[in-house]
Amino acid sequence: MAAVPLSYSFRNLWKRRLTTILTVSGMALVVFVFSVVLMMAAGLQKTLVETGSPDNVVVVRKAATSEVMSTIDRKSASIVEMLPQVAAGNQGQTMMAKESVVLIALKKKGVEKSSSHSNVTVRGIQAESLPLRPQVKLVAGRMLRAGSSEVIVGNSIAKGFRGVGLQQTLNWGMRTWTVVGIFDAGNTGFSSEIWGDVDQVMQAFRRTIFNSLIFKLKNQDDFDAAKAAIEKDPRLTLEAKHETKYYEDQSEVMAKFLRILGLSLTVIFSIGAIIGAMITMYSAVASRTAEIGTLRALGFRRRNILLAFLTESLLLGFTGGFLGLFFASFMQFISISTVNFQTFSELAFKFTLTPGIILESMIFALAMGLIGGVLPALRASKMKIVDALRTS
Amino acid sequence: MMLLKILFRNAFHNKLRSFLTILGIAVAILAFGLLRTVISSFYAGVEAASTSRLVTRNAISIIFPLPISYTEKIRQVEGVRMVSYGNWFGGIYINEKNFFPNFCVEPRTYLALYPEFVLEEKQKKAFLADRKGAVAGQKLAAKYGWKIGDPITLKGTIYPGNWDFVLRAIYTGRDNTVDETQYFFHWTYFNEEIKKIWPRYAEQVGFYMIGVTRPDIAPDVALNIDKAFKSSLAETLTETEKAFNLGFIAMAEAIVTAIQMVSFVVIFIIMAVVANTMAMTTRERTGDYAIMKTLGFGATDITILIFGEALVVTLTGAAIGIVLTFPVAKAFGQQLSTYFPVFLVSAQTIYMDIAAAFLIAFFAAIIPTRHAIRIRIADGLRRIG
Repeated sequence: MAAVPLSYSFRNLWKRRLTTILTVSGMALVVFVFSVVLMMAAGLQKTLVETGSPDNVVVVRKAATSEVMSTIDRKSASIVEMLPQVAAGNQGQTMMAKESVVLIALKKKGVEKSSSHSNVTVRGIQAESLPLRPQVKLVAGRMLRAGSSEVIVGNSIAKGFRGVGLQQTLNWGMRTWTVVGIFDAGNTGFSSEIWGDVDQVMQAFRRTIFNSLIFKLKNQDDFDAAKAAIEKDPRLTLEAKHETKYYEDQSEVMAKFLRILGLSLTVIFSIGAIIGAMITMYSAVASRTAEIGTLRALGFRRRNILLAFLTESLLLGFTGGFLGLFFASFMQFISISTVNFQTFSELAFKFTLTPGIILESMIFALAMGLIGGVLPALRASKMKIVDALRTS
Repeated sequence: MMLLKILFRNAFHNKLRSFLTILGIAVAILAFGLLRTVISSFYAGVEAASTSRLVTRNAISIIFPLPISYTEKIRQVEGVRMVSYGNWFGGIYINEKNFFPNFCVEPRTYLALYPEFVLEEKQKKAFLADRKGAVAGQKLAAKYGWKIGDPITLKGTIYPGNWDFVLRAIYTGRDNTVDETQYFFHWTYFNEEIKKIWPRYAEQVGFYMIGVTRPDIAPDVALNIDKAFKSSLAETLTETEKAFNLGFIAMAEAIVTAIQMVSFVVIFIIMAVVANTMAMTTRERTGDYAIMKTLGFGATDITILIFGEALVVTLTGAAIGIVLTFPVAKAFGQQLSTYFPVFLVSAQTIYMDIAAAFLIAFFAAIIPTRHAIRIRIADGLRRIG
């Protein structure tokens, strides 16, 4: 005998709308939380991965986990600059930028009541810094002039902090800095930075040493040779990393924190939703006992009944998953700015929905439906025809 | 009495469904309680901070140091009782996974400023006498199995090299809100070593801890300290320890807000589940309600019955959830002591649990009650099952 048609399961859900809506909305909420937390972790990682370019190399002091902690003296910087693996620009200059990175405390917008500050990265740049980061584009004002107390700010900072609009001034290091431009670095960490001239920044903070070196490889396969040359040189206590790897490492702690948080939350939450599905399905079975008996008498087999009820609960899960994802997808328009524990500085990123997350959320939703439906469906399929028909 | 009996009979009429619903509520209340505890432990450092202590740091940001020579000038500000200072060291033990807060301080004044760190007199003397000595919190020492006299090596992330210490004292908290995972050592030892590797960074401190004579003058003292260093190379920013700690949390505000929102989502989820259960029970009992109406019971009686039943179910579940919160929070706190040194279920959390239970019961009962009241007697009686 053929299987029970799909419309049977569908109509049953429709018949008891209130119950169906309540069960589905419970599941949708769980899927929503599940996918939003994953989207947050994915967005953070994507932002930091896109910050690096594959043929750039970052050099920092050994054991330093971020540029702020690192220190590189001028002599070491010159040794690295002389490496044969460093690419040359079209004027023959080496494609390397010696940069200084510090954190300054700025006030966030919208928290007038508290005096809360957040740490913003200030990067002292050289002329070569720009061609090394093609993602960075000026969107307002002009570029800063070398040798002056001018800065340009990333658009996430311009949006989220007070006193960093065009032509506004900032005070640090006993100097006044004028914001002359706003740049857009797309979905990268640079959008959460302030850039100034490296010599001016170092002077203002009374520093004589750089924080990091960034150079472009002549060709991508040279990385191992360059790394070996830097790390084996007894004069240097530096280490070299692919820029992509360097930024990816910075997202590790936060992304892991978010994933663990998300997974443990949703596992607990899903218990609630599974119970909801179970209650719904048990009562669906109980109120349809006579119907099940009739179906069996008509010749449908036990496994047909089992399948029909499982389909019903899978439909519940599917609808819940679909709705949860639908609402979660709107979160993509929101970008959040928070401190990255690892670098201790502000970072803005967007919730990002990836195909992987869609798949995981759907599997998760269907699994909730399945687990919730399996026991009630088994009960339905195990009924004896005579007993089932006898109940009225 | 009669009413209560009916309510319980009704609530447990369908055993399987009641059991499932109560289980769901218990899990949800447990999750809600844990999430609230996570949030309150974020703020544990703020709660534990004293209002009579001030923190002075470089106005540019926390990563810039201040000269040690400020000590005397700060001491001269009126209302200052005691000045201590220190540096965030940021060392790692064996590898990066073993994170705990570690810093160097001027030990005599620091311990005097923190009476909540309780040290045995003998150990305290030994620590003060040994320049390479270090103090660890009891939880931290227990985690790595350190005993008094053990050598400890930290690898510097900010200050390069391997730094050797000898554990001279283990402190315990005055009460259970004190963070027992800190590690600190002599600033002089740090300064001598820094002189060798980076002479430019010597004679500098990351922060000053200041004790004031009376808590109410703390804001004025803070202003006066900052005024003393205005227009100098290293301007200062002074705030109460509470505000200083709050500043760190404000940075991660987005995360805290997200957890807060999620904790309410779980209440919505369980609300849907309980509403579903209530909808089913009332549907099954439509005939009963019709009979009650025939007998002369009014809408109020039926409302009381349905709301009462919802309350019986949710409160039973909530009670189980609350009882479970304590052992689970304890196990959770032990696992995550690196992130949350103090993980305690507060009384406020319990009140919120109970409030949530009432809220769930109330909202879950609204729609079914409306149905039950509106149904006409004839329709109700006609309906079967």
